[in-house]
Amino acid sequence: MSNMTKYPGLAAVLAALAALPAWAQDAAEAVEEVAEAAPALDTGDTAWMLISTALVLFMILPGVALFYGGLVRTKNMLSILMQTTAITAMCMIIYVLYGYSFAFGGSDSAFFGGFGKLFLAGIGPDTLSGTIPEYVFVSFQMTFVCITSALIIGGFAERIRFGAVLLFVALWATFVYFPVAHMAWDANGLFFGWEVFDFAGGTVVHINAGVAALVGAVVLGPRIGYGKENMAPHSLTLTLVGAAILFVGWFGFNAGSALGAGATAGLAMINTFTATAGGILGWVLVEYLSRGKASMLGGASGMIAGLVAITPAAGVVGPVGAIFLGAIASAVCYWFVAVVKNRLGYDDSLDVFGIHCIGGIVGAVGAGVFCAPSLGGQGFAGDRGMAEQVIYQVMAVGVTILWCAVVSFILFKIVGLVMGGLRVTPEAEREGLDLTAHGERAYHY
Amino acid sequence: MKLIIAAIKPFKLEEVREALTAIGVRGMMVTEIKGFGAQSGHTEIYRGAEYAVNFVPKVKLEIAVADAIADEVVGTIRRTARTDKIGDGKIFVLDLEHAVRVRTGETDDDAL
Repeated sequence: MSNMTKYPGLAAVLAALAALPAWAQDAAEAVEEVAEAAPALDTGDTAWMLISTALVLFMILPGVALFYGGLVRTKNMLSILMQTTAITAMCMIIYVLYGYSFAFGGSDSAFFGGFGKLFLAGIGPDTLSGTIPEYVFVSFQMTFVCITSALIIGGFAERIRFGAVLLFVALWATFVYFPVAHMAWDANGLFFGWEVFDFAGGTVVHINAGVAALVGAVVLGPRIGYGKENMAPHSLTLTLVGAAILFVGWFGFNAGSALGAGATAGLAMINTFTATAGGILGWVLVEYLSRGKASMLGGASGMIAGLVAITPAAGVVGPVGAIFLGAIASAVCYWFVAVVKNRLGYDDSLDVFGIHCIGGIVGAVGAGVFCAPSLGGQGFAGDRGMAEQVIYQVMAVGVTILWCAVVSFILFKIVGLVMGGLRVTPEAEREGLDLTAHGERAYHY
Repeated sequence: MKLIIAAIKPFKLEEVREALTAIGVRGMMVTEIKGFGAQSGHTEIYRGAEYAVNFVPKVKLEIAVADAIADEVVGTIRRTARTDKIGDGKIFVLDLEHAVRVRTGETDDDAL
């Protein structure tokens, strides 16, 4: 995402060099001069980032909430809406207290942003991050933690205790999300140093959320009656509404990750269109050929798979390459959720792993392929060839999976101990979380 | 008096109601139900998860009529609810002991 964190320092050095031969000034004045010569606030960039930030929030509430909510059974609808809402609020607060510092606090570590910006210390309305106010950058990044954390709940939907999910997410954001975000997007981060392409969060958001969801699904175990009882989605209508909101909001997510209203944002926008179209048609085609019917849920799933796949690649591939990237991701995700998952027998309720992690891997690796100029892309990092770029992409994917899987597993165990169990009682699970955890019902017919 | 209980295909409800009204039936109770008979259910697939849906949606009619028109009512339902495909439904006829109209207190045939 951000080269921007690099730029202020670079610009300061250049400005300082330019100022040196000029008439004598004392050091303090020179510093002040430098500060004024640093990149100025661009109102166009700022306007776009304000909108993008709100668009990403719209992806979560109501986007993810409805997309997921429609996929569960009637008795658990409110638990999904409520978990999403509470997680979003909680992550916002965590982010301003210490999350931003842990991710972008300015430390030299490759894994940890440090304590330099705890409670957003040192940031004021006039502080800039690149050409936008730092508060806007903080807000934009904040929505990414919220959506990533909200995505995880699909893995263990319909059976987790409300308190357990909140405690887990708070710890997970702290020990998994912030470090990985630092690795990918901070100028001192591990992946950033490897010159890995992760434009808007293939590793940070999708692989991360998918792995955490899978670990959760395995640790909690399958829902009662899984594989025997009918667990069909209660409203695919709401699922499509949610998916479509995600599609629209994703322009803030991807084109916003350009951190400005320029050429890269335009590229990310058209790629987000074409990859998603490829994703929808890819899923529909594979499903029609293998089952004889093209399902609406398949269309919505292909939409998400395409969006996930283009996320890490949106700023580096071309619009035609993006079509293939989206379609390939859909085909792989379809195979994963319809075949592999059923053989393995784990109950990732809403296929967070099968779509977000698998689609995220296809996108992250595919970014290293489709960025090739011969495939219409923007070129490799430095003077790399495709093989070398792909190796670095795979390394970033591997580190993310390993880090997230190990830490998530430990955190689930800790939360289980602290809370006296992660799962609701079998009676509560049968009754539904809406009534037993929240004391209300979603629908009164 | 007879109580006629019929399970029919939901889309046939309006046609059956019209035909019964035409032969003098003045009321009925209608319930949306699920059930199974000779017609087997169907399979639904959600991202590869297959669910056999064994209970098929039907509409249940309960009609209380005088003995004199019971056979005609049964015949009318059978004629109008038919599609000649499996799953057209069933009709049951029971003896009805007693009937009361709540508003007036009229009983039996007068209450129908």
